[in-house]
Amino acid sequence: MPEGQFKEGIVGGRLAPDQYADNFSDLHPPLDHHEALVESDRCYFCYDAPCMNACPTSIDIPLFIRQISTGNPIGSAKTIFDQNILGGMCARVCPTETLCEEVCVREVAEGKPVQIGRLQRYATDVAMAENKQFYPRPEPTGKTIAVVGAGPAGLAAAHRLARHGHDVTILEARPKAGGLNEYGIAAYKSVDNFAQAEVDYVTAIGGIDIQNGKALGRDYQLSDLIRNYDAVFLGMGLGGVNALRADGEDAEGVTNAVEFIAELRQASDLSGLPVGRRVVVIGGGMTAIDAAVQSKLLGAEEVTICYRRGQEHMNASGFEQDLAAANGVTIRHWLQPKRVIADGGKVSAIELEYTALKGDKLAGTGETLTLVADQVFKAIGQSFVPAALNGSGAAIDLEAGRIKVDAEGRTSLAKVWAGGDCIFGGDDLTVSAVAQGRDAAESIHRSLTQG
Amino acid sequence: MADLRNNFVGIKSPNPFWLASAPPTDKAYNVIRAFKAGWGGVVWKTLGEEGPPVVNVNGPRYGAIWGADRRLLGLNNIELITDRDLQTNLREMKQVKMDWPDRALIASIMVPCEEASWKAILPLVEETGADGIELNFGCPHGMSERGMGAAVGQVPEYIEMVVRWCKQYTRMPVITKLTPNITDIRKPARAAHAGGTDAVSLINTINSITGVDLDSFAPMPTIDGKGSHGGYCGPAVKPIAMNMVAEIARDPETRGLPISGIGGITTWRDAAEFMALGAGNVQVCTAAMTYGFKIVQEMIAGLENWMDEKGHRSLDDIIGRATPNVTDWQYLNLNYVAKAHIDQDACIKCGRCHIACEDTSHQAITSMVDGVRHFEVIEAECVGCNLCVNVCPVENCITMEPLAAGVMDQRTGKPVSPIYANWTTHPNNPMAKVAAE
Repeated sequence: MPEGQFKEGIVGGRLAPDQYADNFSDLHPPLDHHEALVESDRCYFCYDAPCMNACPTSIDIPLFIRQISTGNPIGSAKTIFDQNILGGMCARVCPTETLCEEVCVREVAEGKPVQIGRLQRYATDVAMAENKQFYPRPEPTGKTIAVVGAGPAGLAAAHRLARHGHDVTILEARPKAGGLNEYGIAAYKSVDNFAQAEVDYVTAIGGIDIQNGKALGRDYQLSDLIRNYDAVFLGMGLGGVNALRADGEDAEGVTNAVEFIAELRQASDLSGLPVGRRVVVIGGGMTAIDAAVQSKLLGAEEVTICYRRGQEHMNASGFEQDLAAANGVTIRHWLQPKRVIADGGKVSAIELEYTALKGDKLAGTGETLTLVADQVFKAIGQSFVPAALNGSGAAIDLEAGRIKVDAEGRTSLAKVWAGGDCIFGGDDLTVSAVAQGRDAAESIHRSLTQG
Repeated sequence: MADLRNNFVGIKSPNPFWLASAPPTDKAYNVIRAFKAGWGGVVWKTLGEEGPPVVNVNGPRYGAIWGADRRLLGLNNIELITDRDLQTNLREMKQVKMDWPDRALIASIMVPCEEASWKAILPLVEETGADGIELNFGCPHGMSERGMGAAVGQVPEYIEMVVRWCKQYTRMPVITKLTPNITDIRKPARAAHAGGTDAVSLINTINSITGVDLDSFAPMPTIDGKGSHGGYCGPAVKPIAMNMVAEIARDPETRGLPISGIGGITTWRDAAEFMALGAGNVQVCTAAMTYGFKIVQEMIAGLENWMDEKGHRSLDDIIGRATPNVTDWQYLNLNYVAKAHIDQDACIKCGRCHIACEDTSHQAITSMVDGVRHFEVIEAECVGCNLCVNVCPVENCITMEPLAAGVMDQRTGKPVSPIYANWTTHPNNPMAKVAAE
């Protein structure tokens, strides 16, 4: 009877118990003091720095790095938090290789960027370890704002509003705050319960009340919020998962990758988490990589990502693809799911069809490939579920299925702003959600104080 | 929150960071940009007499030395005083001071060493509303060949004379800027003090050649095959400048004379060190010329943070705090004994401490113990010189640990004495003052 990695089916305990902690340890271990000094010394303090312009939250990167180099990590953290109160998480999860570090002049010149993300983590870790709070809570203004969703957008908005003296109530459907920082994102990017530590750090300013288990459309309606609060910020995530549109996808063993990741993040004992022996992940983005790599780290023998277009079209960054490869994940391109093959109701294989671009259009070539699999993860994108918005009262304008906002985050409804994954035009990044939440909060503040 | 407001000889500025008289302060355009960036004050680039404008070279004005990563460590320049018309400068200064009343604006002046020249320019400067004047007795190149700048600063009698004229002909506070190109910095400081100066500022730049082109055999920067010594500044000169500041701060004849510290200040820490040694504020140039005016943000935030962490509420809490601890060698405690200690967990076994000690010092660090590469201090040989600490590439790996009184010093075989004793009373000193029986 094969055991461990080679055990058939979706089972837990594939690895020796102490292997899990090793596998899920920090992807990028923190820089120590000396390493941070050496790395910060590499920064050229560029004028009109490309890194700063590439950051969705426009953190003054040359200044914060210089502050590290001059022995002022606390001042450095303030420079970061001034622009991005979730700078600690962004330091861990930002795809820096496609943002600040991609445009670092040393990346362009030498292929070796200053490690901005790790330096940002160094500074924010120092400040958070001391629970150094930089923003005093002013006298309350008496204005109240409801924030829907305690994810990056909602937390950033709430903190900025609290900084201006407003009282914020965050309504969160899930049992814990943090949004994707808590329920999404690979575990090795956010170890030691960092998401909750960050929520505590952000809310320590005061004036922010988080109510968990409160879902829009189920426990209250948008119209209630508009009536009862001076302003509303919508910061929901994406509730829907795109279907494979393949025959037999309701077979047992076909799972949403986001649910698998959430389950993994919430598991108190990773050895109890079941995973297949042969896992196929359908998709080409970060979620696909996170699900695939973590399946491998849980002890799956064989993990294959199948993406329907070419390597150059993948949303996952080159770094993420390398990470998958380094962990033994096979990435195959130009394959789309055709049929899930089940045996006794359970997945036993997946039939895929090769694809090709005909002009701009992707089409199946007719040639197929069958991969043996006992688990299939769907990671082909998520969608906003607007149904929850449809309570009593006027409907909010959508665009391409997401909430339509103007440059300041205002929706079509008076008193209602929105930001994060639920709005149209975003890029599904934590750091962008933070910027949108922060900027919407400034817009709310202006509208509340300037009449 | 620490209060960074600065009051230097009655001149107020929101922080102690001034831009030194130099290219960055040559005209309103630059100065306004500096004020927008947050600088507390500027010393406007040196004004000369009315008349035909000063002429500069039309080739390289700057030379530099760099670290291996091309970090600029030292800069040298042969630019002269402002080459713009006096009236233009005065007009701009007046407007800038009106527009930025909370910032310090000081006029640097250099005119011939004649009473009439100083008497003529001072009322013109006063009329701009400038907060004070700085006498440029430091510029080491070009102007000094014409009997001005360092040529004056190297003759204490001239310094005293000119300061006296300035005190006589203007109500503005007078800051005398000193040249380091002199044997004993206390002499010009005393002369300025005797003339009635309100403060001194130092250091101006140091005579230097930054390099030689080994193909053309010409010094750098090179103008048509020739070079001239320039004024050296930037991080490399900081230790020299700090010593000179401390020398004046602790000189009984000039004690209490306000000092504006200049010389390689690049970070908040540099500024704090100058102020601890007695500078009432600091002036910066090379850091701004290397990184732009925004650099002041790091200085302000860093100084504020350090003061907050240490509980210093205002600049008065730090200015001069280190001055009493600067002393002469003869007063250092010879009964203080320290030994190097190598943290074996931190040691990366590069061997640099061993070879530095073995080849050039006291043979007090092992390289091999029981056939294993191992670096450890031999206390019986260690004189506590600190060389190993300085050459070790790992921070805090080697530390100097003082021996407590009563502990046996294995090198001398004697217990450490608890009594302070210096060279002046040491038995080996033929000049020792024998304690009264």
